[in-house]
Amino acid sequence: MLMLENLNVRQGDFHLTANVGFAAGQITALIGPSGAGKSTILSVIAGFYQAEGQVLWRGEPITDLRPDQRPVSILFQDNNLFPHLTVSQNVGLALRASLRLTRDEPRRVDEMLASVGLSGMGARKPAALSGGQQSRAALARLLLQDRPVILLDEPFAALGPGLKQEMLTLVRERALTDNRVVLMVTHDPQDALVAADQIALVDEGQLFAPLPAREVMDNPPDVLQRYLGTSS
Amino acid sequence: MKTTLTHVAGLCFVATGAIAETSTLTIYTYDGFNSEWGPGPQIEANFEAECACDLEFVAAGDGAAVLSRLKLEGANTDADIVLGLDTNLTADAAATGLFAASGVTAAYDLPIEWSDDTFVPFDWGYFAFVAGKDVEAPTNFRELAASDLKIVIQDPRSSTPGLGLVLWIEAAYGDEAGSIWADLADNIVTVTPGWSEAYGLFLEGEADAVLSYTTSPAYHLIAEGDDSKTSWAFEEGHYMQVEVAAKVASTDVPELADAFLAFMTTEGFQSVIPTTNWMYPAVTPAVGLPEGFETLVTPSTALLLSSEDAAAKSGPAIDAWRAALAQ
Amino acid sequence: MVIALVLVLTLGTLLAVLWRAEGVGGLGRAEWAAIRFTVLQAILSAAASVVLAIPVARALSRRRFRGRSVLITLLGAPFILPVIVAVMGLLAVFGRNGLLNDAISMAGGDRISIYGLGGVVLAHVFFNLPLAVRMILQGWIAIPAERFRLVVSLGASVSAMLERPMLRAVLPGAFMAIFLICLTSFAVALVLGGGPKATTVELAIYQAVRFDFDLGRAALLAAVQFGLSIIAALAAWFITVPEGFGAGLDRVLPRWDGASLWERSCDALAIALAAAFLILPLSMVVIKGMIGLSDLPASVWPAIARSVSVAAVSTALTITAAVLLSMRGGRAVGVASALPLAASSLVVGTGLFVVVQPMFNPGKLALLVTALMNALMALPFALRVIAPAFERVEADYGRLADSIGLKGWARVRISVLPRIRKPLGFAAGLAAALSMGDLGVIALFATSDQQTLPLLMYQLMGSYRTDAASGAALVLLSLSLCAFWIFDRGGRADADA
Repeated sequence: MLMLENLNVRQGDFHLTANVGFAAGQITALIGPSGAGKSTILSVIAGFYQAEGQVLWRGEPITDLRPDQRPVSILFQDNNLFPHLTVSQNVGLALRASLRLTRDEPRRVDEMLASVGLSGMGARKPAALSGGQQSRAALARLLLQDRPVILLDEPFAALGPGLKQEMLTLVRERALTDNRVVLMVTHDPQDALVAADQIALVDEGQLFAPLPAREVMDNPPDVLQRYLGTSS
Repeated sequence: MKTTLTHVAGLCFVATGAIAETSTLTIYTYDGFNSEWGPGPQIEANFEAECACDLEFVAAGDGAAVLSRLKLEGANTDADIVLGLDTNLTADAAATGLFAASGVTAAYDLPIEWSDDTFVPFDWGYFAFVAGKDVEAPTNFRELAASDLKIVIQDPRSSTPGLGLVLWIEAAYGDEAGSIWADLADNIVTVTPGWSEAYGLFLEGEADAVLSYTTSPAYHLIAEGDDSKTSWAFEEGHYMQVEVAAKVASTDVPELADAFLAFMTTEGFQSVIPTTNWMYPAVTPAVGLPEGFETLVTPSTALLLSSEDAAAKSGPAIDAWRAALAQ
Repeated sequence: MVIALVLVLTLGTLLAVLWRAEGVGGLGRAEWAAIRFTVLQAILSAAASVVLAIPVARALSRRRFRGRSVLITLLGAPFILPVIVAVMGLLAVFGRNGLLNDAISMAGGDRISIYGLGGVVLAHVFFNLPLAVRMILQGWIAIPAERFRLVVSLGASVSAMLERPMLRAVLPGAFMAIFLICLTSFAVALVLGGGPKATTVELAIYQAVRFDFDLGRAALLAAVQFGLSIIAALAAWFITVPEGFGAGLDRVLPRWDGASLWERSCDALAIALAAAFLILPLSMVVIKGMIGLSDLPASVWPAIARSVSVAAVSTALTITAAVLLSMRGGRAVGVASALPLAASSLVVGTGLFVVVQPMFNPGKLALLVTALMNALMALPFALRVIAPAFERVEADYGRLADSIGLKGWARVRISVLPRIRKPLGFAAGLAAALSMGDLGVIALFATSDQQTLPLLMYQLMGSYRTDAASGAALVLLSLSLCAFWIFDRGGRADADA
């Protein structure tokens, strides 16, 4: 269980509060208009952004930990791979930040690459991969990090609809386990409906408690209606 | 490989000071004196042949800069002898109390009497404007000022010839010096910080004449076989530069320092001077001056302020120079 | 640690000189005149460089021609040229006996003199015009191509809608940067100043230290110089100085304006004049140097070895310091990129001498001290190149590195350095070339068996050997350009391919 307890983010005119929990074994989509603070919430959880209040993982506060000490892995919209390192090196960073891998670790990197469909591509530079392959490489690193909280900040936004679908499926198959929390930011309700178990709305300075995805879509609350443009 | 590395390291940062089994005599001097073409290397060889010691020259800018360096170091200095001050600096140097009398005397071939027992002269020359022979030579400062001739001079605040010129006009014209400078202003192409830049500009053709020495044409004649250069003889007389050396009071080898100052007035030193420092030796060697020196202009009158006068007058004279040229 | 060292070397040495001085008097009339002249020439030099750079940068931004990238590379040359070498080249073109005056007198005109304020400004424009062109060109290139399309499709004026606002943003910063550089000018005014009315503050410091041994006055003048530079630096801070050192000026904007014959001729003229102004003096250095090469003494070899070692050590120091400071970021970068520019190298040298001399024979440390000083003086330029690049990498990949737990040196090694190879190479080239050509404090510390190449060149000049000095100048020029080229080239090898 990942808890956000009385979180309070202020930055100039911007203001956001959150007081919700996310259950393990579920994918939660954060949706809301742009500028509402979806990415900000992920940044607070990952430790890139300071806020009042607490972030708790399994009851323990992690708010004072550095990003790399938190039980969190994150994929950003872009810049997920170092362009000057090979794919293997990029993935290997998950095991050793110094890149000095021990004897059996290169094998683990290769296995992970194979499991996301990138066998034999470890020696390439990211620029030599397609957009979908780059996303797979980034996902491979995230999986190899093996942290219980996974944050996806629209990492697949630049991919075509088909590829995006493929990646979301891969996330569900490979990343989601009974003891993991997966949060994904999206501005596309369709993605949320297809890929997520539950949906949490961010709007008007607040993160609302997540609701089952189907329920939200069948009977959208007012704020969501306004966002979707379906209210009359 | 290892030897290369050691060699490079040696070149880099470790001055390869030989381990002194014999005592070392350290002499501070100006850059030109100890350059490859200056008198330094040959004099070092000649003196080491008879002293069983190690002579080390340390070059520190021009004459005035050498004195500044010594003042900066004070009694803590490594210098045993300072060589290359001129009479315009000796009053200032004596006032520091950093120098000691040596008692060395000799039969000097100077156009003036020499009676100082601290500072020992080693060479001398006359300041003069050096020009091409094809240029019509003025015969005094007023004629130069009235002409269209272009000259390049040195800054008296940073170079010994520059100071020499200011004192030259001061000695020759006294109260009228300011008006001479005002008239000269339109003849002066530029004022350089040191002799090298000025002489370089002259050789590049930037000016008709440069402030230097009556002996400068001897370099072109003897070293380059070029007899196209001459110096202008001025009726007012020519200011002299007498270059001297003295023993530093805090030296740890006073006998050796005295021995060097005595050696300085002998053949082994004096015969090297004319064709390396391009000045007149303080004591003419037995063989006489090198061939070519007889072609040089010999001024009718030698001008030289006493070191006390020079020290007292240089400040106001420089102010007058600056006021006239800053118009 | 690095910042402490910068502070000690700049302000600490000033205090050391002050401590050694016997009382500090006020400023006399001569000193005030020097201060006025220094500010005046810096304003004129900066204004002339910036104004003249506008048409050149504009022409380069919208014209594609053979040799364009070579020309842009050559634009870097005057900046890294040893000052005295550049002055010799300028005199060969603009001097009383130079090409220009020969042409004028052949045409029946009177010879003109460049000595005085005009000469000082001319030389400063020669050094800084390329820098101004690069900074302004960067502004032009930064205008997105879409904007040009938009303005053209709207039928609006490119100059009113895009160029004038860009210039308004870029010019003040470019002006301040060059003003700062000219403020501490020394060697240019030495030779081309024409007389005591063209005394700069740095020259007055030189005279105070070397000739009058008036350390109090030297320290006071150095403090004045600090004050002036800090006022200028603060002004520049508010205006923000554009980057003029970065690579990547090869891009040409697709443009639809400026196609008329008149505009094409103006651009061609601007480029041709600028190229001639920069290249002629350089060629004269080469031509004169060729004649003198055979006169070079054997001692040129050890002098080269020493200069190259000093440049290598100083480059390593500069780059290490710049990277460490960039890691720290923030105010440290600002301080370190301004203070050394404001410092008088002579006062820094004298201060070091005062501190070192009671402990060692300064002559033994001459080359090390020279390397350290050169590193200090190159640091502001290296930082201007490296710090922004460092920041960009941190902005793009900092969070990724954080989330993986890349920290400290490993983070710099794995995440940052490979991504800033180009600016790193460029900065190293700059540092090496600047160090190679600098006479610096070596003159204050060295004994005669530790000559560097610039010192040897001076000594050749001081021994009637002008031809050999020209040869040494050519060797120096080639070494500086080589050093720059090697590092810059090394940085360009593409890391992402």
